Amino acid sequence: MARTRTWAIIALAGALSVSLAGCSSTGGKRAEDARKAASAQGKAAVNTPRWTFAMITHSGDGDTFWDIVQSGAEQAAVKDNINFLYSHNAEAQQQAQLVDAAVDKKVDGIIVTLAKPAAMKAAVARAEKAGIPVVTVNSGSEESKAFGALTHIGQDETVAGEAVGEELNKRGRKKALCILHEQGNVGHEQRCAGVKKTFKGTVQNLYVQGTSMPDVQSSIGAKLQADSSIDSLVTLGAPYADTAVKARNDAGSKAEIDTFDLNAKVAAELKDGTLGFAVDQQPYLQGYEAVDLLWLYKYNSDVLGGGKPVLTGPQIITKDQAAKLEQYTKRGTR
Amino acid sequence: MTATTADERLLRTSPLRKLLGRPELGSVVGAVAVFVFFAIVADSFLRAASLSTVLYASSTIGIMAVPVALLMIGGEFDLSAGVLVTSSALVSSMFSYQMTANVWVGVGVSLLVTLAIGAFNGVMLTRTNLPSFIITLGTFLMLTGMNLGFTKLISGTVSTKSISDMEGFSSAHDLFASTFTIGGVDFKVTILWWFGLVAVASWILLRTRVGNWIFAVGGNKDAARAVGVPVNKTKIGLYMGVALGAWISGQHLLFSFDVVQSGEGVGNELIYIIAAVIGGCLITGGYGSAVGSAVGAFIFGMTSKGIVFAEWNPDWFKFFLGAMLLLATLLNAWVRKRAEATK
Repeated sequence: MARTRTWAIIALAGALSVSLAGCSSTGGKRAEDARKAASAQGKAAVNTPRWTFAMITHSGDGDTFWDIVQSGAEQAAVKDNINFLYSHNAEAQQQAQLVDAAVDKKVDGIIVTLAKPAAMKAAVARAEKAGIPVVTVNSGSEESKAFGALTHIGQDETVAGEAVGEELNKRGRKKALCILHEQGNVGHEQRCAGVKKTFKGTVQNLYVQGTSMPDVQSSIGAKLQADSSIDSLVTLGAPYADTAVKARNDAGSKAEIDTFDLNAKVAAELKDGTLGFAVDQQPYLQGYEAVDLLWLYKYNSDVLGGGKPVLTGPQIITKDQAAKLEQYTKRGTR
Repeated sequence: MTATTADERLLRTSPLRKLLGRPELGSVVGAVAVFVFFAIVADSFLRAASLSTVLYASSTIGIMAVPVALLMIGGEFDLSAGVLVTSSALVSSMFSYQMTANVWVGVGVSLLVTLAIGAFNGVMLTRTNLPSFIITLGTFLMLTGMNLGFTKLISGTVSTKSISDMEGFSSAHDLFASTFTIGGVDFKVTILWWFGLVAVASWILLRTRVGNWIFAVGGNKDAARAVGVPVNKTKIGLYMGVALGAWISGQHLLFSFDVVQSGEGVGNELIYIIAAVIGGCLITGGYGSAVGSAVGAFIFGMTSKGIVFAEWNPDWFKFFLGAMLLLATLLNAWVRKRAEATK
């Protein structure tokens, strides 16, 4: 008994001394707080009534990209004095039911993604019948107008893919591998088809299981070992770029790695030349503009885009711009 | 009690005691609690339109939870039920489109194909004597691959082509995906399908010889076989029942959304099992009810939509679901123990 107590005191003293002496002068929570202080602060800038806007996306659980969209929407909601609600489900039927639930709540505006347009048609129509303005965001540029939405904000996936193909041509690449991490995603298929369209070399598609990073890494590694003539890899999401880098290094390949979308890691790797380029669709802008445009419509009946989608991309980001964007990716807004 | 002890099976039980012995009692108590809870925390929950949305969400799970509950009473699992719904919708859509046939032809073909997959599960199970967990896990993976592979091969993309402009679509839409209005509130037809299935399944379980067989094979397979219950036929039939449910759900998916995404349905099989378990089915088989599965599905629907109505952060949804599953199951076990103790 006495002995255990002595040990406990020693352990506690040890833990205390380590925690006091072991402060990191770089990174960590303190650095994050400093960055947060540098980002936008929240106070309503308008005196319009407190409207409620609901955003319903096709995101799965815990998706970095949608985190950024959400932070943009929340920032606009703070400025515009909006009560902002967010919900999401990757299954089309469930997403449609969430839109129904928002209509039942009689919200003042709805922001919705049309990744599975046919499934969302009835729910969007129901919202409009109830007199709720709808803005579509991120996916569904072709259907948005037909469904009667005010505006669509996002990037045309095919155009984005074409931009990647052009950039690969500029870099003199011959054989590209397009890595799809979500089998069944129409937008992803369009991206790779876009690359194929403009790229002068050959493009192969590789399907990987995006929910399991080890699987992504081993699949890419196996492909690179099987075909050493591949000189460029295109990943469709920022988290997969770094995994592709690891796979490339393991396989001893010289392929250049390029990616769709940004995150802090991608910005850092662009800066130090590990990655070739990234094509960004500015998710923060998608969320921000969606809320802001609904506010403008409610306040002033303003509609942006003249019946055409408002594009937030593609924006090719190379080494030169990466340095500036790195600080923004760290605070989760790029 | 008199000195001459009567056969305990002939004893008259009081209605209250009968009620306590019902498998779904625990879940009904849980459902009332969840309903009251959301009625208090979410002010828009009690609107008629909101309840219609909740009922619709419950019905899309409930239609599958009924045959899955029957299967679990029969002592087996089906992990392929979630993707089978998607397979059924895909077959229906692509057959009609590729053959340029009336969509009812696709619907019929889909029924045959789906039932065949169900029968395959049952036959594999009874022939190999492997656990159903393994058999249907294999089917689940194969179907997931086939859904994507065939769709890509036939349609060239990962989702099917639209069939809404084809003959028979509107009548099929009426049957599987229409809305009807009662007192100014729109209800989805799936709610009727769901109630119908619950009624039929309850009648089978409680009033027919087949119902006795289901309880018997789930309770003790060898004893059931010894007294002449056709164990294999019963189990194959149960799997085909799940396939029938998947066909109804699949046709609903197709005719309400017109285009089917080939990658969907993964993970839903667990939700059906959860609904059945919350409704009082035992994982080990031999105990449960169809009404219970409906109550389980209703709890699930209320929670998944109630969280939205209450404007909570959806990140926590799965946590609440898991907590509710545990609570409901504990409540079930406790109620069952009490019921058995008072017998």
